[in-house]
Amino acid sequence: MAEVMVLVDHVDGEVKKTTYELLTAARVLGEPAAVVVGAPGTAGKLRDGLAQHGAAKVYVAESDNLGDAFLDPEVAVLAALVGRVNPAAVLITTSPDGKEIAGRVAVRTGSALLGDVVELAADGTVTHSVFGGAYTVTAKANTEHPVITFRAGSIEVEAIDGEAAEEIVEVPSIGAAAAARVTNRLPARSGDRPELTEATVVVSGGRGVGSAENFEVVEKLADSMGAAVGASRAAVDSGYYPAAFQVGQTGKTVSPQLYIALGISGAIQHRAGMQTSKTIIAVNKDPEAPIFEIADFGVVGDLFTVAPQLTEEVTRRKS
Amino acid sequence: MNIVVLVKQVPDTYSERTFDESDRTLDRESADAVLDEINERAVEEALKLKEAGEGEVTVVTMGPGRATDAIRKALSMGADKAVHLSAEALHGSDAVQTARVLAKLLGTLDHDLVIAGNEASDGRTGAMAAMVGELLGLPSLTHARKVEVDGRTVRVQRETDEGRTDLEASLPAVVSVGEKINEPRYPSFKGIMAAKKKPVSTLTLADVGVDAAEVGLENALTSVLQVTPRPAKTGGQKVTDEGDGGARIAEYLISQKLI
Ligand SMILES: Cc1cc2nc3c(=O)[nH]c(=O)nc-3n(C[C@H](O)[C@H](O)[C@H](O)COP(=O)(O)OP(=O)(O)OC[C@H]3O[C@@H](n4cnc5c(N)ncnc54)[C@H](O)[C@@H]3O)c2cc1C
Ligand SMILES: Nc1ncnc2c1ncn2[C@@H]1O[C@H](COP(=O)(O)O)[C@@H](O)[C@H]1O
Repeated sequence: MAEVMVLVDHVDGEVKKTTYELLTAARVLGEPAAVVVGAPGTAGKLRDGLAQHGAAKVYVAESDNLGDAFLDPEVAVLAALVGRVNPAAVLITTSPDGKEIAGRVAVRTGSALLGDVVELAADGTVTHSVFGGAYTVTAKANTEHPVITFRAGSIEVEAIDGEAAEEIVEVPSIGAAAAARVTNRLPARSGDRPELTEATVVVSGGRGVGSAENFEVVEKLADSMGAAVGASRAAVDSGYYPAAFQVGQTGKTVSPQLYIALGISGAIQHRAGMQTSKTIIAVNKDPEAPIFEIADFGVVGDLFTVAPQLTEEVTRRKS
Repeated sequence: MNIVVLVKQVPDTYSERTFDESDRTLDRESADAVLDEINERAVEEALKLKEAGEGEVTVVTMGPGRATDAIRKALSMGADKAVHLSAEALHGSDAVQTARVLAKLLGTLDHDLVIAGNEASDGRTGAMAAMVGELLGLPSLTHARKVEVDGRTVRVQRETDEGRTDLEASLPAVVSVGEKINEPRYPSFKGIMAAKKKPVSTLTLADVGVDAAEVGLENALTSVLQVTPRPAKTGGQKVTDEGDGGARIAEYLISQKLI
């Protein structure tokens, strides 16, 4: 059976959930082979998780010299493996780094690039959801070993045992002239809330929230439901909430079971990032706000009275 | 310093974007077309770098005839000249093909710094700078929140959801800018008048050494099979808060087994 390569996304010695999604998706095409690129000892920490999610193989590309390298090691390792193993496909998570690695591996290996897919079928057909979910597009690659990036949260993770047989591979050396060097890293603080793209419930606030302090109203509701917090671009641009939480065309695309929009008008660019959510709830003072056109349940009212009441109801129900 | 800015004309996100029925490509005729928002910022950054030292800013686009509007916009902001690669055969090219053509095109131009947008609003490939860099054998410094050129060194503060990474490389290099990098200037009346006299060279595939058999829909590395519009989501219930708005949402969520 052909191998399907999965680039392992990891942070602080832990595998990200999106990698398990990729391992699950990979199984329709062939045997999942996880590729770990990191400092010595990384794969050892990740192996159990990978084995529990069906990795038949783990390619271990470890090196001491990755400190100031920027994506080049991942690209070089994947490209070398593609040349050697001729996998059925290479799967990478849709993220800023993932997209870049994918694009570079595709051009380096002459492979088709299928970006941001939500589904992969046994015949290699992929499905994209484009223009904010306004269209569903199916596509296929016309080359061997296509490089496919997967939208986070589009696949239900299945746990299944895999052998996770380790194989050491070399990290090819990178020509200094062609490489960018990292001089400083300041990783974003990951809070206690679930990640936006992985959360089953997202509570977002817009300009109507009015200030950074007031975002507490949004956070409290989110915390009562174990939800992630999102924000409109207007809220981000006004400095109410950090840019990493922006939902929409130029922010994150989310598709949770439940999306609650507080003080968001529902501009087309915001909708592009959330309208495929299963259920949408909107609270807005303006009965004409376009968000109501796509809300399953809308309340015309002041978010500062409606949201706290909902928080209270949810909390009461839990106890 | 020769700065080349890669710009792209995209359907306005405020207008309805559709697909061409016959070949399932993005219908670029029916929607209003604009210079991609992030590309305005790419042009702005190039102009700033030029103003801080010296150099020349060339805007480059690959796209249909009417992409000249996007070029004019960039020229009226202050770019010095433009190169427009336009050919019927390019229609339907995918991301890898586009990167290959842009790399060939850049090969015909002097470039110390190539600036692109990090992600256009239509394709969302979001990897063009990296792909072009890869093909040219140049470092790519992407998602810039800040760009600095110091002699032959370029430094970029890269900002993504994952945090900030400071990058450094020797020129020539490719940089992509993010939407937070700057506020693009509005073209002045003088700028708009001056743009009319600025040189725009229109190139053909032969001029950049690309064979028509390598590009376009027929030769793409990926093929679109089917495009299905998703039924538009329609609004459900809307109630006015009468002091019980929160409770009514809770009731609804309970009825839907969401809490
Ligand atoms: C190229 C491009 C890309 C973009 N990308 C994005 C993107 O990724 N994400 C995004 O969100 N936007 C994006 N935008 C911006 C988008 O067009 C809108 O400007 C933005 O979404 C508006 O945010 P908002 O709904 O919070 O603000 P507004 O449109 O100002 O709406 C605020 C709403 O809050 C309501 N309100 C005020 N006070 C209260 C109260 N006390 N209680 C209840 N309701 C109240 C008001 O009635 C109003 O409807 C983009 C725009 C462009 C041009
Ligand atoms: N046809 C094109 N001509 C010139 N530049 C382009 C073209 N396509 C993409 N780019 C550049 O690549 C960036 C990212 O675009 P995309 O890969 O489509 O998301 C854009 O902001 C442009 O700078």
